[in-house]
Amino acid sequence: MAPKTMFAKIWDEHVIDDFGDGVCLLHIDRHLLHDLNGSRGLLELKRRGIPVHNPELTFATPDHGVSSAPGRVGMNANGTELLESLRRETTDAGIRIFDLNQPGQGIVHVIGPELGLSLPGALIACGDSHTCTHGGIGALAFGIGTSEMGHVLATQSLVQRRPKTMRVTFNGKPAPHVLPKDLILHLIGQIGAAGGTGYAIEYAGEAIRAMGVEGRLTVCNLSIELGAKIGFVAPDQTTFDYVAGRRFAPSGPLWDAALAHWRTLPSDPDAVFDQEVVVDAAAVAPQITWGTSPEQVLGVDGMIPDPAAEPDPSRRSAMQAALDYMGLAAGTAIAGTPIDWVFIGSCTNSRLSDLRDAARAVGGRTVAAGVNAWVVPGSETVRRDAEREGLDRIFTDAGFQWREAGCSMCLAANGETVPPGQRSVSTSNRNFVGRQGPQARTHLASPTTAVAAALTGRISDIRQLGR
Amino acid sequence: MQSFTILTSVAAPLLRNNIDTDTIIAIHRQVGTNIRGKLGQWCLGSLRYRPDGTEDPDFVLNRAPFRGASIVLAGQNFGCGSSREGAVWALQEYGVSCVIAPSFGDIFFNNCFQNGLLPVVLPEPTVIALAAEAQTGAAVTIDLVDTVVVAPSGQRYPFTVEARRRTALLKGLDEIGTTLAEAGRITSFQTRDAAARPWIYHIGEAS
Repeated sequence: MAPKTMFAKIWDEHVIDDFGDGVCLLHIDRHLLHDLNGSRGLLELKRRGIPVHNPELTFATPDHGVSSAPGRVGMNANGTELLESLRRETTDAGIRIFDLNQPGQGIVHVIGPELGLSLPGALIACGDSHTCTHGGIGALAFGIGTSEMGHVLATQSLVQRRPKTMRVTFNGKPAPHVLPKDLILHLIGQIGAAGGTGYAIEYAGEAIRAMGVEGRLTVCNLSIELGAKIGFVAPDQTTFDYVAGRRFAPSGPLWDAALAHWRTLPSDPDAVFDQEVVVDAAAVAPQITWGTSPEQVLGVDGMIPDPAAEPDPSRRSAMQAALDYMGLAAGTAIAGTPIDWVFIGSCTNSRLSDLRDAARAVGGRTVAAGVNAWVVPGSETVRRDAEREGLDRIFTDAGFQWREAGCSMCLAANGETVPPGQRSVSTSNRNFVGRQGPQARTHLASPTTAVAAALTGRISDIRQLGR
Repeated sequence: MQSFTILTSVAAPLLRNNIDTDTIIAIHRQVGTNIRGKLGQWCLGSLRYRPDGTEDPDFVLNRAPFRGASIVLAGQNFGCGSSREGAVWALQEYGVSCVIAPSFGDIFFNNCFQNGLLPVVLPEPTVIALAAEAQTGAAVTIDLVDTVVVAPSGQRYPFTVEARRRTALLKGLDEIGTTLAEAGRITSFQTRDAAARPWIYHIGEAS
């Protein structure tokens, strides 16, 4: 039999019907809903009188529109309306919801793996582009729009075109202070925000194998910022140890059967990919973005690039527009740029390991005067676990705000914005114009680089700060 | 779904790369259960309006004859970013029915077909050539029946679109209805699959 990629194995296993042209009807194993658009899909079905096909394979949680303020105070009217409508419609449809202040609530891409709902080899869909995150567990997971959500609710399936395959191999061992976020930001800088468009990306190599599952989730999370709606890592013993014993993970004989199947999933040794990219992980520095696309990124010790040196006119004008929006000067060092806000959170970097890295980097120091620094855990469980370890005290003693679980300032859907013209270092995934609020300026970075900025009030090199 | 057959319109050149979904429609315009019909005025808001809320007279959609154009000529990776279908709704509510670009964000691309907005992929040099002609305000024709874009000069640029999607657009077919018409396939797949992968279907909860 011809060698197969992991992508092909999982895809083929989910084909209900093949329409030709590479277009297939695929079974969706897990469907996740959140407050921003979950009820919209359910209401549309209700309006048409169509029942939900498999409510027991569908799970919901509020994350986008909810307040992250302690005690959830200050919910805005739109967020409240979305929350109430998600509660009402999921209850009507018999869909389980992990509600506020219950274990299980949190950012949908944090809770899926955390609860053992997201499994290796599963096909997972959710109305959010960062659904690719779940690939870190060895699933094929991708974001869908509201119409496609309606299709999944009605049929537990989706019509999709088979993407091409790309393997990105991270060779070598990252230097100290270089985190998974740095590796993936570096890759985006190398191949561009459209470098993965039309591909499903398998991340491989020594640096990925040595990484914990949470780091792999971070890497996969930014696949969509490469243009790839699917990114994944082959499951291995690290994955199995992570999944075992989780709240909704298979157990007993089901676990044994699942494990035997999961071991067959990795790409065959001679499998052929449509494209191969190799990255020397050992050569990557801590990264920070300077522009308004994740591809506009550099080492934190680097110089802001000069549009005049860019031969392509379209790229040149995009660079200039980005510099103007960001209020930065070409040819100067990015380090030393004064900042106003620090946001540690989002589906990219809000898991327990991220918070541990950040707390270690704080190292007993304090947030610089004039800086607003927030830590927003990714889930209710992350919050409780972090508090059990005393991480919350490390942050609050240093002058950070310790908040409730949700998406918060990553996209500011709940009204928690960076004020106009102010500069934020954020562990989130998008530095688009207006992403953290109208006229807000966002620099994407790892949790420890964000801490370095909070402590110094400037974009700073964590390697020079120690810890 | 809205059907799409043939469209002739001025085409607004907006050749910047990586125009993301947050740029197409800001998040704070999309939060709520009742947002439809209100998105058009905020479509591409950060490009159409200056921070003080006044129109930027230099932006292409604020200039005659491109105001209200039904066709947009865009750069690479148009619609990258979010899965929020509001990006498609905002373009449609503004009046755009077709975007021509060298590449599109994958999720946005699918969302377009779900709503009857036609995304046409043409090579970058072709999009640039079309933009040069369209700059005068001369009309461009998109013909989905013959899958060809006709430039003002009469030059014809064929494009490809999956057969199934083309049929759905031409007839305005609804994908949910089409799939449900043969729903038996799904249940028989699930019966087979549940024997092979029971852990997917039997979700227990640890106490």
